[in-house]
Amino acid sequence: MIAPRASLPRRILFVTLFFGAALCIAGVFGLSLGSSEGAFSEMLRAVMGQETADPMIGAIIWKIRLPRVLMAALVGGTLALGGLVFQALLRNPLAEPYILGISGGSAIGAIIGILMGLSRFPGVSLFAFLGSLSTLAVILLMASGKGMLKKDALLLSGVMINAFCGAVIMFLVSMTQDARLHNIIFWLMGDLSLIGLPQVGILAILLLPCFVLLFYLSHTMNLLLLGKEMAQTMGVNIVAATLTLLGVTSFTVSITVSHCGLLGFVGLVMPHLLRLALGADHRVLVPACLFGGGTYMILCDLLARSLPDQGEIPVGVITAMIGAPVFIFLLIQSKK
Amino acid sequence: MKTALSISELRHTYGEDITLKNLSFSVGEGAFFIIIGPNGSGKTTLMKIIAGIEKYKNGRVSVFDKPDHRYSRKELARVMAYVPQVFPVDFPFTVKEVVMMGRAPHMGVLGFEQEPDFRIAEAAMAFTGIKGLSERKMDRISGGERQRAIIARALCQDPRIVLLDEPTASLDLSHQIRIMDLMERLKEEKKMTVVMVSHDVNLAALYADTLLILKDGEAVGMGSPARVLTFENLEKAYGCTLLVDQSPLGGLPRVSPVPQKFIRASRADHELHRGRDA
Repeated sequence: MIAPRASLPRRILFVTLFFGAALCIAGVFGLSLGSSEGAFSEMLRAVMGQETADPMIGAIIWKIRLPRVLMAALVGGTLALGGLVFQALLRNPLAEPYILGISGGSAIGAIIGILMGLSRFPGVSLFAFLGSLSTLAVILLMASGKGMLKKDALLLSGVMINAFCGAVIMFLVSMTQDARLHNIIFWLMGDLSLIGLPQVGILAILLLPCFVLLFYLSHTMNLLLLGKEMAQTMGVNIVAATLTLLGVTSFTVSITVSHCGLLGFVGLVMPHLLRLALGADHRVLVPACLFGGGTYMILCDLLARSLPDQGEIPVGVITAMIGAPVFIFLLIQSKK
Repeated sequence: MKTALSISELRHTYGEDITLKNLSFSVGEGAFFIIIGPNGSGKTTLMKIIAGIEKYKNGRVSVFDKPDHRYSRKELARVMAYVPQVFPVDFPFTVKEVVMMGRAPHMGVLGFEQEPDFRIAEAAMAFTGIKGLSERKMDRISGGERQRAIIARALCQDPRIVLLDEPTASLDLSHQIRIMDLMERLKEEKKMTVVMVSHDVNLAALYADTLLILKDGEAVGMGSPARVLTFENLEKAYGCTLLVDQSPLGGLPRVSPVPQKFIRASRADHELHRGRDA
């Protein structure tokens, strides 16, 4: 029988609930654990809304950790979805905003914005968006011409764009000498600690409609994976679909980069793991990546906060340390 | 007989090159129409124009007597399905998922399948003989099986015209015949119009009821295989020495390219046999 036992809407619902639950559990851990003193059980009670002996515990959890955990969830979901979309559009399982250099382009824009003394939102975010669009234009220019760019050439061009962006960033940083320097450097490495609850709210309002739109286009992404020509003859307006997907993804990636800096490889690890587990249907993968990516990022951030005895590691360091070996592994696999 | 496709005064340029020169022909409903010709003759371009992938400036393409620009993409996809020469298989879709995608022109944007969609997909898989493969991944099956899955997907569109660009190009002999027999059954049992590009002249001769020979974007000849596969037409199209005789299969024309050593040998004997006009 071709009809599966669980119909597609039911499967989507199940995956959403499963990864939603994982996100919630990770969130509770993210709120309860961390570098501050205090027993886990005590923290857990505070998270559950019960009275605690020390009022400081409540303050830490709701004022400091809550925005951070929410931010991690949003950023993780955004980057995982970004990876998923680029992999579908470029038909390359190794594509990812950071690897392609789109995050780097956003970062240049963001730093220029910061140096001009603009506020994080909308000023810096707008510059980051412009930066990501410029790198995207370069990539598309190279990817057009003679059909789709080959796998290796695309990755190589990403490495070069990243190297160039890195040089520009270093140049901008070296020209900065005041107190902003430390901020910029820490932010660059990927940092979730500077965010307040209102900022998270603004981000959520901007990102949530984009997530809905990406889910709406998930079946179109399936069709696009059969190739431009077949998609077109099955009724897809590929120009409109491609531009919408690219535009939305660059927008979501650049506003998260402008808030959290460079978090590499998140968009590589999650879509790949989920595709292995759930298959290639994007109607299932979009919600799975959204919630799975959020879960992954909360856990990475938790590691970043709790690994060192004092202070913390930028979370971008953690994601790169996990993601880069995964990338190399996938590259070796794909050569076989 | 109704006209499924009519192409009139089609002209197409690619950069400086003229790829199609004022081409006009029509394909009757229920025909098995095969376009042959050497590499670079414009076969694939013509196919892409008919499929609505490639834009054209001059001329007109009508599908069932309605100009193609008056169809929306989805409407066209319900009338005409296209099987390209090459297609990507680098993402782990199952055969069933790919076949089901053919229902897209009949479904909403999210493509949630209903009961009838499952039935149609199942019938398409049974027709193409890939029912046993439905849960297999596309990158884990053979080239011939993959080709049949892509054809099953095209059938799911429930089209009246199926366009295929060299569907047998990279297949071994048994898979070539299977695909061609399948197309014949589409025509006979489902009354579909099959339009195909092929570079295998002999296979085309065995199946086509109308052949179009294309050379440099111009029609060298068009008609039944017996009428159109003449030595003159073929030499004009391919520019090499060919032997045309009758195949024991239904007396249809059979074309053999003649290797240099045979030409030299026959020249020496003064018996250069340049083929008979069939």
